[in-house]
Amino acid sequence: MSSNDTLAENLDLPRDDGGPVFEEPWQAQAFALTVKLNEQGCFSWSEWADIFGAEIARATKAGRGCGNEDYYLCWLAALERIIEEKNILTRDQLLARKEAWRHAGEHTEHGQPIVLGDGPGGH
Amino acid sequence: MSHNHKHSAPLPETVLRVKSLESLLVEKGLVDSAALDQLVDRYENRVGPRNGAAVVARAWTDAAYRDRLLADGTAAIAEMGYTGAQGEHIIAVENTDRVHNVVVCTLCSCYPWPVLGLPPVWYKSAPYRSRVVREPRAVLAEFGTVLPEDVEVRVWDSTAETRYLVIPKRPDGTEGMSAAELAELVNRDSMIGTRLASNVQEGEAA
Repeated sequence: MSSNDTLAENLDLPRDDGGPVFEEPWQAQAFALTVKLNEQGCFSWSEWADIFGAEIARATKAGRGCGNEDYYLCWLAALERIIEEKNILTRDQLLARKEAWRHAGEHTEHGQPIVLGDGPGGH
Repeated sequence: MSHNHKHSAPLPETVLRVKSLESLLVEKGLVDSAALDQLVDRYENRVGPRNGAAVVARAWTDAAYRDRLLADGTAAIAEMGYTGAQGEHIIAVENTDRVHNVVVCTLCSCYPWPVLGLPPVWYKSAPYRSRVVREPRAVLAEFGTVLPEDVEVRVWDSTAETRYLVIPKRPDGTEGMSAAELAELVNRDSMIGTRLASNVQEGEAA
């Protein structure tokens, strides 16, 4: 038995009563982006499953393998990885854009839509 | 309360990461925001286990359809209008008095989306993925499913290419019910194999 299994052994099966498919909008967006990129032919579903499965295995080993939140964190990490591996976007592009969104978020009045402006990394 | 400060709560890191991906991919013309919203709506509101329940209920009431479903799951499911991503190769496996089938994806969470929607949280969890292969009867018992000793339990491991739909056993006492009535008895978990189809009383309560 691998250490992986031992860890999983100590966790209870999470219960689920047919609740919402996504708990937060970012989970739905990460899901939809992946399906669309696959439809566009950017990667095959097998390639996706390998990378996603590796993220899940890593999280499971670290004791995080049990809820929707963990699941979609793995999903998001795998999406960033496959996008980089397939040369769709670079890590630098993603980091710069993230700072632009952070800046935009910090400079937007509460209740207003957050849009990218002329801040760092904006366009 | 009047306050005039400019800053909203900082956006969570996950939100920033997803916004970054989406905005860059939209600019590259690889995705379209409206199409993303439509896709989410589809999976939140329209694709779900009711599709699978309709397939199973038809298989229970139409022997020719059942044969087609077992021979070529994907084609028989497409016949009912259920197609789309992650439905390219669906194999239907039938529960009988001798065999009980249960499905897992040990790697991640491969699942037949067109008939069942997106997988439940337990299906994606580490304990289910690791334990159901090794001790299926113990896991089934946690779902309240206790099978006679002489029933063989088969565990099917889904992959990115192959997904499984379990056809649960038709409950006793349902002779004469219509396919639409029977579909009410086909719960999601029964099509994964962790539960049985509901009996008539449970179906009425649901």
